[in-house]
Amino acid sequence: MTDSKQYSTFFLNGLFLGVEVLKVQEVIRYQEMTRVPLAPTMIQGLINLRGQIVTAIDLRRRLELPPRPEGQLPMNVVVRSEDGAVSLLVDEIGDVVEIQDEAYERPPETLKGVARELVTGVYKLKDRLLLILDTERTVSLPAGYNKSQLNRN
Amino acid sequence: MDEITKEFLVESYENIDRLDRDLVALEKDPHSKETLGSIFRTIHTLKGTSGFLGFGKLEAVAHVGENLLSKLRDGVLTINPEITSALLATVDAVRFMLGQVEETGQPGEKDFSELVKLLTRLNEGKSLPPFEAIPAVPSASNPAEPMAAASAPAPALAPTAEAAPAAVAPPLVPAQVSAPPAVKSSVPPPPPPAPESAPAASEPPEARNSAVSDSTIRVDVGLLDKLMNLVGELVLARNQVLQFTTQRADSAFLATSQRLNLITTELQGSVMKTRMQPIGNVWGKLPRVVRDLANACGKQVRIEMEGKETELDKTIIEAIKDPLTHIVRNSADHGIERPEVRVARGKPEEGCLKMRAYHEGGQVNIEITDDGGGIDLERVKQKALQRGLLTPEQASRMSDHEALHLIFLPGFSTAEKITNVSGRGVGMDVVKTNIEKIGGTVDLQSQPGVGTTLKIKIPLTLAIIPALIVTSSGDRFAIPQVSLLELVRLEGNQAKKGIEFIHGAPVHRLRGQLLPLVYLKRELRGDAKSQKETGTTSSSPAGAKLLDFELARDKHRKWFDRLRQHLDGKNTISMEEAGSHEVCTLGKWLYAEGLEEFAHIPEIQVLERKHAEFHALVNKIIHLKVSGRADEAEQAFKTVLTSSQEVIALLTSVEQKALQTEDVNIVVLQADGHPFGLVVDEINDTEEIVVKPLAKQLKGVTSFAGATIMGDGRVALILDVLGLAQGASVVAEVRDRSMMETAAQARKAADPRQTLLLFDAGQGSRMAIPLSMVARLEEFPKASVERSGAQEVVRYRGQILPLIRVAKHVSAVTDVSKENDPMQVVVYSEQGRSVGLVVGQINDIVQETITVKRHAHSNGIFGSVVIQDKVTDLLDVQAVIRAADPSFYPKTSTPAAA
Repeated sequence: MTDSKQYSTFFLNGLFLGVEVLKVQEVIRYQEMTRVPLAPTMIQGLINLRGQIVTAIDLRRRLELPPRPEGQLPMNVVVRSEDGAVSLLVDEIGDVVEIQDEAYERPPETLKGVARELVTGVYKLKDRLLLILDTERTVSLPAGYNKSQLNRN
Repeated sequence: MDEITKEFLVESYENIDRLDRDLVALEKDPHSKETLGSIFRTIHTLKGTSGFLGFGKLEAVAHVGENLLSKLRDGVLTINPEITSALLATVDAVRFMLGQVEETGQPGEKDFSELVKLLTRLNEGKSLPPFEAIPAVPSASNPAEPMAAASAPAPALAPTAEAAPAAVAPPLVPAQVSAPPAVKSSVPPPPPPAPESAPAASEPPEARNSAVSDSTIRVDVGLLDKLMNLVGELVLARNQVLQFTTQRADSAFLATSQRLNLITTELQGSVMKTRMQPIGNVWGKLPRVVRDLANACGKQVRIEMEGKETELDKTIIEAIKDPLTHIVRNSADHGIERPEVRVARGKPEEGCLKMRAYHEGGQVNIEITDDGGGIDLERVKQKALQRGLLTPEQASRMSDHEALHLIFLPGFSTAEKITNVSGRGVGMDVVKTNIEKIGGTVDLQSQPGVGTTLKIKIPLTLAIIPALIVTSSGDRFAIPQVSLLELVRLEGNQAKKGIEFIHGAPVHRLRGQLLPLVYLKRELRGDAKSQKETGTTSSSPAGAKLLDFELARDKHRKWFDRLRQHLDGKNTISMEEAGSHEVCTLGKWLYAEGLEEFAHIPEIQVLERKHAEFHALVNKIIHLKVSGRADEAEQAFKTVLTSSQEVIALLTSVEQKALQTEDVNIVVLQADGHPFGLVVDEINDTEEIVVKPLAKQLKGVTSFAGATIMGDGRVALILDVLGLAQGASVVAEVRDRSMMETAAQARKAADPRQTLLLFDAGQGSRMAIPLSMVARLEEFPKASVERSGAQEVVRYRGQILPLIRVAKHVSAVTDVSKENDPMQVVVYSEQGRSVGLVVGQINDIVQETITVKRHAHSNGIFGSVVIQDKVTDLLDVQAVIRAADPSFYPKTSTPAAA
């Protein structure tokens, strides 16, 4: 039997995305959150996860996708990062899938911009492609963000 | 007993308890290098520490024990019951001496030479046959010295069992039991000597043993941190439960939750206490630092400490350690002068460095005062200029207080040359940043030639802090109470008048001082700007509630250029792009809430109309141009500018009125010593909050210090007052203001006006005395007057207050007060003694410039002045007192005339 990996999957603006299942702490429904004025736009707010304050990142914004249609509540995919738990706001939750390594391919060179930075690989599934996100980079501010912020000050 | 000895005792008791166990274990397994090594190290440590603390006798005993152990460790000797017993006896001797140290501070007079001899002998490898040795020892030893008697295994049994507390005894007993049977038989019943010798000598140490070592345990700081965190969670959960109680009428639930509340508060206090340490722990090393430093600089410095026992959280203690050391070094190095200079200035040769710590309003204040030369402001400014930290223009505008704070700038030093002590220019800025990091503040006061005082205010603890909860645009924020000065609410008319604008900057007059106002709403609206930059629009519902007036003005201003370009064919604007007055940001806001929210402002309706007209005009122009009727479009364009200007003007007036007409809640805060008013929508409550750090993605947001979970389970952000003030440029803006304040103070100092107390001495004669001479104003019923000899007195604050009837002593008037009226008494104090001046009636307190018009015409009156257009006599208080009670003033000192 060849090696395989498990991924927790979710949908975002029609994209089928996944993160390593071991990085995922839990998946929860939409939580009320406290917005953070003056914060980077990708940060949607703070949620209270059983007494722990978790920063929620709007994955649509992070991936520079159009905003979520009004009225559609996002789901929280809480991932573990170096800096503690961070919640990724996604449109819909998919299954945990186990995929053989041979279905893996590096992202094509034509992939540009923020996706190039965050997508570490592509799995060719039967009917669609699964894009794997680098959680650590996803939860970090975009490269060069600090610079632009400094400029503003 | 000092801290070090106490620690030594606790540690040593622990160690010797382990020794007991180890020795027994060693006997069972004589070849265990590990056990032997452990025993050796323990004795070695004990020897070292007791030598260091000057307990020579203890050291000597430990030393011979160590020698013996080193032979055992090196395999020169092998363990046998005799050696074990000798070692156990050593342990007992040590334990006894520790007991003595605890009781008297010294290891005691007891003679352990027998034990030392035995150990030495064993050390030399001369193992004595037990039968020979044992009878010899009891006979040689004094019965009052059980420890010395312990030189042989068997007698050791009795004293050991006596001296060791119950907890230690069990492991010992088997040891004795396992001793060779020969020993037992050789000794006449062991118990008898014990009752004789033990009660006096060994019982007390037993009791004390429990006093120091049994009452304390060592706990891992990590565990305490965890406890603190858990308590923090509990506090939050408690807050949540309490919130529920307000919604329910269940009395049992109410009672339970109140109990929970009480217990939690108590628990929080107790856990907090476990982390508290007296500040003396940090101060302890300062005398040495000062002494070394003083020696190095050829100065004499004495250090005085007050409030050593003031307790602070461990993390804070750690955080202030270095800043404090630095400040003290600075004071000793820069502050206090050399002895010859001091003498020349008329000060004692020895400089004094005073450290004071005390609690005040949930904070700890630490003051470090030196009686040195003070800070030379001119030199400070010069140095700052030299180092390019300041421009000459800034320097000339600077207030003294600001100049003083220059020393907190990075890279600042006034030292002429760099010494190993100071002058490298890394110092006070680090002190300041370190203290601010833990939420503290530093203030500096200095008087040239007199000295310098540095005042540090720090919170008691960092984990759980009291905070004020406020609301702004529907979001709640917590403001740490440390920076809170007061709350001001302006209602209705007051709000309209209370806020004034200086070139657009809102201010409020708070007791005559201008308080710059910062609108939290506006400060936090910066996000609209950042979103604009990144090209996305705000989708947060709260964001839409606010209108960025500036942005709206800007947009409508731009229409002019856009249309011009459109007409010139430089670009085209489609009808879709042009939109209508309803889809424009301003329009959206107007129709969503603006019109409703600001319905009380008449301009809002006008604005709505003009805005709609404006967009209709824009659409018309675009439409005309697109349909090729350029001339008509040009014609219509002529009115665009006026129309847009109307809209802009209306926006401005709506904005100003909107700011003025609402009831205004001002939270007066202090940032870096500068007060400012933070305007919020609502002031809710105070709450104990648990500070949680923000994730790294939010570190760049300087307006927030952290987040917390509120009673309802939602997250609230904690405002960083300093960051907020910097963001709103309060800290830089008030620079001019503090200059003005200083000027005002200077004026006050030069003010020739005096505050005077006006009173009636009787028969309508107006008299006055300077208010500065009055200690208190009192009223006594006539009945309370008693007599002491010829003197009228009253009992007043536990003392006897002699009364002087002013009317009697001032010849011009007579006492006319009625029998039943209470007496009006002006209490005058000097040098700790008081006297009551009985006057007819107290009238007023006035501020007047006094020019004596006519000099004394009678005894007891200094002269006459005109106050409030009436002739008023100035009472010569001292003359009156001297006349009434010559003993009030000691003969030698002639008081200065009033």
